[in-house]
Amino acid sequence: MSEQAARLELSGITKAFPGVLANDHVSFAVQPGEIHALLGENGAGKSTLVKMIYGVLKPDAGEIRWDGQTVHTENPKAARALGIGMVFQHFSLFEAMTVLENIALGMDTALTRQALENRVREVLDTYGLILDPHRHVHTLSVGERQRIEIVRALLQEPRLLIMDEPTSVLTPQEVDKLFETLRQLAQEGCSILYISHKLHEIQALCDTATILRGGKVVGDCDPKVETAKSMAEMMIGANLKSVEKKERGAAGPVRFAVKDLAAPADGPFGTALQHISFEVHAGEIFGIAGVAGNGQNELLEALAGEVTAGGTNMVSLDGEPIGNDLTGARRAKGLCSVPEERNGHGAVPDFSLAANTVLTARQRMGLVSSGFIHFGASTEFADKVIQDFNVKATGSEAAASSLSGGNLQKFIMGREILQKPDVLVVSQPTWGVDAGAAAAIHQALLDLAAEGSALVVISQDLDELLAICDEIAVINEGHLSRTLRVGEVSIDEIGLLMGGIHGAPKEVSHAA
Amino acid sequence: MPLRLEARPQYSRPMLYATPVLAVVLTIITGAILFSAIGYNGPGAMYEIFFKPILDSYRWQDLGVKAAPLIIIAIGLAAGFRANVWNIGAEGQYVFGALAGTGVALATYEMTGWWILPLMCIVGAIGGAAYAVIPAFLRTRLGVNEILTSLMLTYAAIQLLFYLMNGPWKDPEGFGFPQSRTFTDYQILPTVIDGTVVHLGVPLAFLIAIAAWIVLSRTLFGYQISVVGLAPAAARHGGFDANRTVWHCFLISGALAGLAGIFEASGAFNQMVPQFPTNYGFTAIIVAFLGRLHPIGIILAGLILAVSYVGGEGAQTSMGLPAAGAWIVQAMMLFYLLAVDILVRYRIKFKSQIAGGAA
Repeated sequence: MSEQAARLELSGITKAFPGVLANDHVSFAVQPGEIHALLGENGAGKSTLVKMIYGVLKPDAGEIRWDGQTVHTENPKAARALGIGMVFQHFSLFEAMTVLENIALGMDTALTRQALENRVREVLDTYGLILDPHRHVHTLSVGERQRIEIVRALLQEPRLLIMDEPTSVLTPQEVDKLFETLRQLAQEGCSILYISHKLHEIQALCDTATILRGGKVVGDCDPKVETAKSMAEMMIGANLKSVEKKERGAAGPVRFAVKDLAAPADGPFGTALQHISFEVHAGEIFGIAGVAGNGQNELLEALAGEVTAGGTNMVSLDGEPIGNDLTGARRAKGLCSVPEERNGHGAVPDFSLAANTVLTARQRMGLVSSGFIHFGASTEFADKVIQDFNVKATGSEAAASSLSGGNLQKFIMGREILQKPDVLVVSQPTWGVDAGAAAAIHQALLDLAAEGSALVVISQDLDELLAICDEIAVINEGHLSRTLRVGEVSIDEIGLLMGGIHGAPKEVSHAA
Repeated sequence: MPLRLEARPQYSRPMLYATPVLAVVLTIITGAILFSAIGYNGPGAMYEIFFKPILDSYRWQDLGVKAAPLIIIAIGLAAGFRANVWNIGAEGQYVFGALAGTGVALATYEMTGWWILPLMCIVGAIGGAAYAVIPAFLRTRLGVNEILTSLMLTYAAIQLLFYLMNGPWKDPEGFGFPQSRTFTDYQILPTVIDGTVVHLGVPLAFLIAIAAWIVLSRTLFGYQISVVGLAPAAARHGGFDANRTVWHCFLISGALAGLAGIFEASGAFNQMVPQFPTNYGFTAIIVAFLGRLHPIGIILAGLILAVSYVGGEGAQTSMGLPAAGAWIVQAMMLFYLLAVDILVRYRIKFKSQIAGGAA
């Protein structure tokens, strides 16, 4: 291998943005046919680096070599011409168009509709991918949507495929299927640069891993010989504190009950909720797993009170029906919530952190009296959140928009947890938060439950739910599965429930 | 072009304050060129419009009288604009409020008492608010765009004014002129400085601005208005009702426009006349934006626009500039403000600087 030029070689790549050095002399090489992991926390510089490889950004210094030749990829089109394909974490698809129409839009060379369809079917057959080219995108699951992006990249016959956090939205079965495809590609000689922070996936898939921290390469390793813990510690540069889950005795009384809840879809591509029922006892954390877009947003809104439920008895807190209360009234009665979207939903981006405490903590923390805001009290509360949750900000006067996503998440979580709610409903509590902070948030949630609160955690991260929850149910197409006891249920079982009526089970029947 | 716009990581506070000044400066430069091009002494006209009223202390009272309605209306509009409620029809609410107050004046024509004037002002404010109920209802119930409805209702109010002046409310002792009776001493806002035209509405405008400043910056109500405007989803999450905010904003901006209307009818015209609508309701939109939707900024912007009104009239008599001259200048200020606004969120970079960094 050493005589042969590397497929891709980076040397001394440096990129600065105002105020941050995103990449600092990054060097590593990807060999032909190698599945190479790029591992690092949010903000470690992974995305910046691959954007430079793909020609979206230009490095300030350093060299990119392709098959031994120095190249300057001016734009993504030039990168694709070299043979670099990329599947982004966020898809660029038009929901109202078909699979084929979406693929046609992304092509550099124009093909006739029939020729394109033939090529697409060829690629699908070669890699055993199941996808109907004539389906409209809004009818597809997230896993199927990702397949469109993969087909798009494969049509260019890439010799290096960059996958950016590809599994964050997939069911376990979909992940397995994706890995099969990637392994087949690698066997054919295509190199794969696989970006992730999920360590067990990297162990299962990758040949080599380059670990980034703070924009610098801090190590290369063979993930097959490392442990997940040792890689995590390289990634965060510190010892990982494990979350302490206290054993609890018998469950307390029911604090939060949802009975036969229904809600209309939130927009034309939303999902309507039907017959949602569950109960959460004092001291319990109830997890709701599921692939994105199966009604999680609607459920959060219905539980938090952003929309009223169809009947007042559909949601109750300590036996009191609160289905007709809106967020303000529910908060006053003891139910706090954290929505998935931080900027513009959980917080007002243009407001300071202190002003953002008034948004949801004004009743429980007494931040307003006779219509006047107590700026002293809101500043004090914001300072406490910043301190207790280790939020990196210039102070309570910093605008919410000036914080990184992870730090704003810590602030919002802290703002709700410190109100000591009787019931806390959170969606994606550690989305985009680094591993250290995620552990701290998990610990805070467990501590809140230990004090007798009832918690509902909606998350797409199954590992997270299994780590902190007592019970789990799966949401699929607006329906909630039966309640499963954590510890008595296998990941495969949850995965099958996540797949629901489309996804993995259907593929099995097609393949048979 | 060697220039490039680059997004700022955070919007620039100095630019937020500097851009209104820049807009005025650009307006003066462009105005000088424009009026020169059509055969006037351009720099002279700009001097007449922008500087003469400030330098001539005798005109200061006029500045106060012109600024007062602009400030009062703009305060109400600014509250709405902060919440993304686009009441463009303040002119109509201004006229309708003035008519409502005039109705009280005509009904109490033969009476005396200190209560008549406050009653006129209260009914004027209620009239303005009532006229704003129509677009508020249409927007919250039927989702009709309030920009169109409030704007079109302005013309309905003006036609109502013309009808009343030519018919039912025509002064029986007015020699057939289409105008109302002159108000009595109990119906006219008193002057606050002897020997000037400065009426009670002028200090009240400043008081209203200061009260608005406190409400917008220190109360939950002001907070709610800003949240609804900046982040509607966060407002819902925080428990603020968007429709209620729309109602509040329309009622407040309508009431303030109506109040400005009756102040103007009572304090400046002393009667109701068909020439009553002078576009204060539209100019107040410029005042609100030039003042950055902030009450103190609005006081300054109101004075600047008052300067252009007074100066425009001066330029008409001294230089023969058309009446539209002042309007062009006012419109230019708004356009320049919208154009230079981009500097708040972006900065200008020269290509050579960028190339130097990448090499």
